[in-house]
Parts: sequence; C-alpha cells; structure tokens
Amino acid sequence: MEKMETVVKGKPEALCATFDRKEGSDKQTTHYCPGCGHGRVHKLIAEALSDMGLGDKTVFISPVGCSVFAYYYMNTGNVQAPHGRAPAVATGVSRANPNSIVISYQGDGDLAAIGTAEILHAANRGEHLSVFFINNAIYGMTGGQMAPTTLLGQKTQTTPRGRSAMNEGHPIRMAEIIATLEAPIYVERTSCTDTKGIMKTRKAIRKAIKLQSEKKGFTFVEILTACPTGWKKTPSDSIKWIQNELEPYFKPGVYKDVSDKAEPLHRPEMIMDSEEIFKSLGLKKGKTPSSSAAAVEEKRIKIAGFGGQGALTAGVMMATAGMNEGLNVSWIPSYGPEMRGGTANCSVIVSSKRIGNPLVRNPNILIAMNGPSLDAFENDVVQGGTIVVNSSLIERKLSRSDVKAVYVPLTDIAAKVGLKAAANSVALGVFLGLENIFSREGIYEVLKTSLKKKDALEINIKAVNAGFEFAKTL
Amino acid sequence: MENKLPAVEISLNECKGCALCIESCPQTVLSLSAPFNKLGYQYAIYAGSGCTGCDACYYACPEPGAITIIKQKKVKM
Repeated sequence: MEKMETVVKGKPEALCATFDRKEGSDKQTTHYCPGCGHGRVHKLIAEALSDMGLGDKTVFISPVGCSVFAYYYMNTGNVQAPHGRAPAVATGVSRANPNSIVISYQGDGDLAAIGTAEILHAANRGEHLSVFFINNAIYGMTGGQMAPTTLLGQKTQTTPRGRSAMNEGHPIRMAEIIATLEAPIYVERTSCTDTKGIMKTRKAIRKAIKLQSEKKGFTFVEILTACPTGWKKTPSDSIKWIQNELEPYFKPGVYKDVSDKAEPLHRPEMIMDSEEIFKSLGLKKGKTPSSSAAAVEEKRIKIAGFGGQGALTAGVMMATAGMNEGLNVSWIPSYGPEMRGGTANCSVIVSSKRIGNPLVRNPNILIAMNGPSLDAFENDVVQGGTIVVNSSLIERKLSRSDVKAVYVPLTDIAAKVGLKAAANSVALGVFLGLENIFSREGIYEVLKTSLKKKDALEINIKAVNAGFEFAKTL
Repeated sequence: MENKLPAVEISLNECKGCALCIESCPQTVLSLSAPFNKLGYQYAIYAGSGCTGCDACYYACPEPGAITIIKQKKVKM
C-alpha cells in the first residue's frame, strides 16, 4: 500500500526558527545583503546537519567577516573566533569534545590572509574539522578591499586600477595548497552559482560533514560565492561573474579525496578527571595548611646571575617549596634572548597573605650571583634588607651600609661538594639558613621532582646543606 | 487545495528581491512583485500554478526562511 503525504521543505532545524540572538526588531531575516552567498551556504550546512541529526552535537566556529554573526542563525553550539583563528579555536573545541562535529566557517580574508598559518597547520595535523571556505574574492564586511583571492585586474577599494601581479602578487588557490598536505582526506572546490553548482556544493558539504561524523579526519570545501555589494553588481550578474571570471582561475573540482581509504582516527582519550590531573602532576588538591605556626611576613626576593647559573631555577624551587608549605607564592623570570651568558633574574614573593603585585622592584633579599647583578640591583634593596653576595665571583664589597651583607663563596662551596653548577642550590641553603621560612626537607622534595638522576640529586642536597651550614656560622 | 501541489510559498517580508529564485526556476512561474514589502524590496511571487517541486528556487534563495516548498510524496504504509 502506498499513501500520499504532504511534505513541507522549509527552514532546516539547524537554523533558528527566529533569530532571537540578532539585534534590532527584525528577528526573521539575516543581516546579509540581497544575493549574498552566505545565506545559501548557511542553509546547505544546516540542511545537512538536520538531515543527519547532528545539529545538537555541532559547534559552529564563526570567523571575522560578514559571517561573524553566524551565531545569530545557526541553531548549534557557537564560538566566535578572532580574525583568522577559527581553525585554532576549532582544534581546541574538537580536541576537548572529540564526539562533537566542529565546523570552521571562514571567508577569504580570514582564512587566506590573516589566518594562513592556522588553516595550514590545522589541516596538516589532520584535525577532525570540516572547514568551509567561502571565497568571494573580496573583503566584503569592511567595504570591498582587495583579498588574497582577488583576481588580477579586479578593481577593489584598495586596487582602484585593478590588482596587478607586480604590486600585489597573484591570487592564492587555497584548495590546491591544502591538497598538497598529507593529512587532509577530502578537498574540493565548488561554485555556488546556478542549480547545478549549488547541488555540487550541497553534495560536497554533506560529504565533508559525514566524513567528520565518521571521525575520518580533516575536510576542506572551498566555495565560490557572490558578493554583489562588494563587487558592485546585481545578484544575477554576480552569478555570471563567478562563472565567467572566477571559475576559470579557481577551477571547481575535487583536489584530494582519500576518504575511501581513510580509517577512523581516534586520538588518545583526554584525562578530564581533576583527581587524575592532580595525581599526574604530583600535586595535592586543595589548599595545603601552613605547617609553620608563625605567619610569614611578605618576603620579596630577587635572585640574579648570568644565564646558566640557575638563578631562575633557584627561584622556582623556592616558590614551589613555599607553595607546598601552604604559603602564597609568586615567581616571575626576566631574561634576555640568550640561553647562556646573558643576565637573568627572577622575582619571588613568599607570604602568608595574598600577593598583590608579583613583580619585585625593591627586594628585601637580593641574591647576587655575579658582579653585574650586584651592580644592577644593589641600590634597589630596601633599607635593612639582606644582600647575599657570591664572593667567589664578586671581589668588591657592598657600597651600602644600611643593609645586611652576607658574603658567601657560593661557587667555591658548590665546587667542593662536586658540581660548580650547583651554586644555586648553595644559595637556596643560605637563604633557608637566614630566613627560617620553611624546612630543608621541603626543598629536598622539590629537588626530587625536578632532578631525575640520583647523582645530581645527591649533590644538590649536599649543596643545600653546605649553604645552610655556612649561613648558620655567620 | 490538494490538486494545487506542489507549490512554493514565499514569505513576503523575508524576501530581499535578489531575484535569484526567479532565474533558477525552470518553469518560469516566479516573478517580481510591483509593490514593495516591509523591508523595502520588491519580492518574489508565485504564479499559483505550474510548480513541479524541483527545489531549485529553495536552494537558490540566500534568505534561509524565505522559501518553503510544499509537495506530496509517496510513502509506503
């Protein structure tokens, strides 16, 4: 038995019935100009999502350009990305929610100019995304400036005499570029023009979304669309212009399709459980109660030396040990571009109270591991503060008398325990000896997590002890 | 009513008069109105008969909610 049933084909479910997110009184129509290609492509994507029942698990990433407001219309999850960064945002969404369908929807200015790096690398990593690249050869939203895909000779606001290869280079063919990469599984360019072109576009969009739903990898569909306003043409003439001018240069076709052979790719499951994350990082959850009964006055410490002396590392250890003790801590490094030989310093604050500014301009403790560091920071130390001078490398005495001077041959002591490079651990020991803030065991624990080699660990523990003992003799 | 299907319905105040549906229609049963709608555009109108339900205008229309196609489809019972 067969029966006739009335079918109504209207706005797909994956488009909002009324555009309530849109500003102004008109919640029924889009903000797009008459004859704009965006509306057509929105509808095709929404139709595909609705037909496949994927609307509820889709996150639509809108770019910067006219389609910046795509979230007014798409009845899906939405994130609006900074200019050109849609594939990077989409990567994050896709990795965090591996079962979602993520669509990066971008124009030519967004994808092929400011976002060239993001699209190439997202494609090269084979992210589970469907990228729909709306190519209308112009910057529409900003008023019709030249885009990377603007044709040679095409007049725009910024190429009033027509684009010239000599001055602006050639239009970029993105589908071809993406197709050269190893990871993408499906790359096609279609032309959203007449019924035939629209149907090919529809097919390509559906294929890309279906492949993503099967977890097969990165898909890219470039769609030639009309911008009648930017081109200063009627909608009808715009369609003809795509067919006569754009298509010969940006030839529609499948540029890569290995989707038949592509196996579903499953990335390792992410740890989304906070207990597991704390465990794997070796952290204790929650606020650690302070072990010392006495409140610690805010200690503002600056450790400075030449690159390679371990000034920054000593600061990290100090801050980490303080954190483990349940104190508030901060650490900020400051260094030049050199890995070795330049000067480096860090600001460390340890306090029972909350820390305001983590930057230490006027330390109450300065550890100067070499001459230039002492020259640079001696005068910044507050009256009554302490300056630890590495007397192995610094021959001069302090020029101030209103601070406590502690001369310690840090490098020589380190050499004596077996490793000159452990001068920073000696400095830590001296600090602990002078300022009874937290226990030596706390520092050992921190050393254990950062030094995997047993020999190095032992030497550094010895160095801390040697520094501590030295400070106690003062 | 039933013998008039398939039919195309155009939402008067969603049409921006780009006329792409008119160009796409193989049956030439769509045309542009003389009056203007609330948005200030002349809008597409259906002649009232001759629609074959091919969906060409539906896909040609850039305004997602402006065109609705109503047709009858055989379904197995």
